[in-house]
Amino acid sequence: MAVAVPERVELAESLVEFINEWKDQPGNLIMVLHRTQLEYGYLPEPVVMEVARQLGTPASKLFGVATFYNYFKLTPPGRNRIAVCLGTACYLKGAGELTDTFSDQLDVAVNGVTEDKEFSLEGVRCVGCCGLAPVVMVNGEVHGKLKPDGVQGVIEKYRNGQGE
Amino acid sequence: MAYAQYCLICDGTACNSSQSERIYEQIMKYVYDHDLEKTCQVVKTGCFGFCEQGPIVKVLPDEAFYVQVKPEDAADIVREHLLKGRPVSRLIYREKDADSLGAVDKISFYRKQVRVVLRNCGFIDPESIEEYIAREGYQGLEKALFDMTRDEVLAEVEKSGLRGRGGGGFPTGRKWRFSKEVEADQKYVVCNADEGDPGAYMDRSILEGDPHSIIEAMAICGYTVGADRGYVYVRAEYPLAIRRLEKALEQAREYGLLGANILGSDFSFDIEIRLGAGAFVCGEETALLMSIEGERGMPVQRPPYPAVKGLWGKPTVINNVETLGNIPVIITRGGDWFAGLGTETSKGTKVFALTGNVNNSGLIEVPMGITLRDIVFNIGGGIPDGKAFKAVQSGGPSGGMIPAEHLDTPIDYESLAALGSIMGSGGLIVMDEDDSMVDVAKFYLGFTVEESCGKCVPCRVGGRQIEKLLEKFADGEGTPEDLDKMEAIGKTMISGSLCGLGKTAPNPVLSSIKYFRHEYEAAFKKDVAETA
Ligand SMILES: Cc1cc2nc3c(=O)[nH]c(=O)nc-3n(C[C@H](O)[C@H](O)[C@H](O)COP(=O)(O)O)c2cc1C
Ligand code: FES
Repeated sequence: MAVAVPERVELAESLVEFINEWKDQPGNLIMVLHRTQLEYGYLPEPVVMEVARQLGTPASKLFGVATFYNYFKLTPPGRNRIAVCLGTACYLKGAGELTDTFSDQLDVAVNGVTEDKEFSLEGVRCVGCCGLAPVVMVNGEVHGKLKPDGVQGVIEKYRNGQGE
Repeated sequence: MAYAQYCLICDGTACNSSQSERIYEQIMKYVYDHDLEKTCQVVKTGCFGFCEQGPIVKVLPDEAFYVQVKPEDAADIVREHLLKGRPVSRLIYREKDADSLGAVDKISFYRKQVRVVLRNCGFIDPESIEEYIAREGYQGLEKALFDMTRDEVLAEVEKSGLRGRGGGGFPTGRKWRFSKEVEADQKYVVCNADEGDPGAYMDRSILEGDPHSIIEAMAICGYTVGADRGYVYVRAEYPLAIRRLEKALEQAREYGLLGANILGSDFSFDIEIRLGAGAFVCGEETALLMSIEGERGMPVQRPPYPAVKGLWGKPTVINNVETLGNIPVIITRGGDWFAGLGTETSKGTKVFALTGNVNNSGLIEVPMGITLRDIVFNIGGGIPDGKAFKAVQSGGPSGGMIPAEHLDTPIDYESLAALGSIMGSGGLIVMDEDDSMVDVAKFYLGFTVEESCGKCVPCRVGGRQIEKLLEKFADGEGTPEDLDKMEAIGKTMISGSLCGLGKTAPNPVLSSIKYFRHEYEAAFKKDVAETA
């Protein structure tokens, strides 16, 4: 049986620079993974393999670390990332209902991506604007005091690249 | 270079997300249009705390407090107030049942607050080291380096009675002493800015509003214990805080306040930022150190404590952001001054993120010993929509629910623990008559189960078992035995877990059973409920 050889990928130049800068610093793994995710929006497997090679660290170690932390994603997000705050204040003020509304209107599961890859939906921990609860972040932009009937408007704002 | 007027625009995360940037631009535009730039200084500041009413703009010296400002309001603020001295009354914050124009110190949200840690938040531009210095900034470091020995600094911190604000409440001076007394070729200072409580943002606001105070405090700590390197471990989810901290670090280096031979002394110290990656357990100090080392953030057995054997095996002082925020003032004003605030066992102030079903949600700083009633009903303005208060939850997933009959307890570390809760890092969530305690307990437990690192059995298995039982109650299928089981498992977790996560995870459940047993009983299975 043939064993698939993992494809080698060329890393972005700035990432290579970053890796070289951090290579010999103790405790660099998480910082390098952050930088990698910043570059690609998530951690594509072949990229992590290549990063591991350049760091001289076993890939299993990188995956071990990456899977421990919620922040690192091994699958690609949608073009627009909807993050519903699931912190306590937002929970008390109806974050669950908001999540369901997004999920229904976009026909996507939590932690899923829509078929057209336009949106991904996730629940995140407190984003630190509890005074505005319930809070939804789309591509890092905060929408506070959102009610289920405001969900449609938020989705429309970002659909087809209008949010940029 | 004093100005005749100051126009302060809150640029904390909450206001920033409601267009404070646009408001700033518009105000600047009109200020220039009317040639006011020499007499009026316009400043973007950190969080004012009153996030519920944001975006907020303050005009000094008139103490006009404008709320829910929109970019379109900029013209009026500049033309009417700054130019002609006539406050724009439609934007001024008004107390519910008062018709007076609100000067800041008369607003009940602020009246009972005492600002020590938040002394600069909302007053200075956090991106300007000059403004920090103008408000006694870096004077504590200077005094420590040139007028005090390391022992004298330590004595001052010990005298202050300051205790850790990250949740544990360990005396800060004693922690520093442990580290100072160890002989080692290398020591570290770590600032814990992982802020794990899922509903609180004290540390974020301090970093965003006054980053230099943390740098100064870490340098003072480094000098005292003999460390020349510091790390700030900050949540990656806090981009604004990270950016402001990076900028502050650069400025401090330019000014010779970080780096080799600080201010010409023989003390050298520098700080690096390390990012968290969304794991609650990494707020626990030993897990945090693992994470800085680039590993999976699993807690390890203590002792040895990090102060003796920490980062890469070297003595490491780990302090919370808010703890550190107190240090510069303790050095400039003295430990006795600090110890004059608060209660017998708990000195100083505490910053809380007051949220949930309360009218004035926001960030507050109050003296230790204040009652919960004062916080919820005076500062917080009570419960919205005329509903009744049910409970307040402190300490997040590690804390407990406190019912109405204990509202008059003066809060300090001991009194909250006696009630089955903890001081915690500062989350205070207010719940009204419609909030179900079973549901809230389930929310917190679900959180800790999700975040348990899985290393030790009591936490990994016990948490999941309690969660399953709670689900039964949520579905109205509970039994009296289930209640007993939850209590028994909870006690096992408290005594047997490896780290604070598992040791405190049952608190929300146990405290809700203690005070709101009837809500669980109401969720007994039908036939059980009838025989009972
Ligand atoms: C599960 C868990 C989570 C914690 N999260 C935090 C946190 O987010 N921030 C923090 O400062 N301390 C946190 N702590 C407390 C730290 O372990 C440590 O006691 C603290 O950083 C010490 O600083 P202090 O003495 O200044 O409070 C946590 C502890 C546990 C057990
Ligand atoms: S709980 Fe949602 S922003 Fe804090």
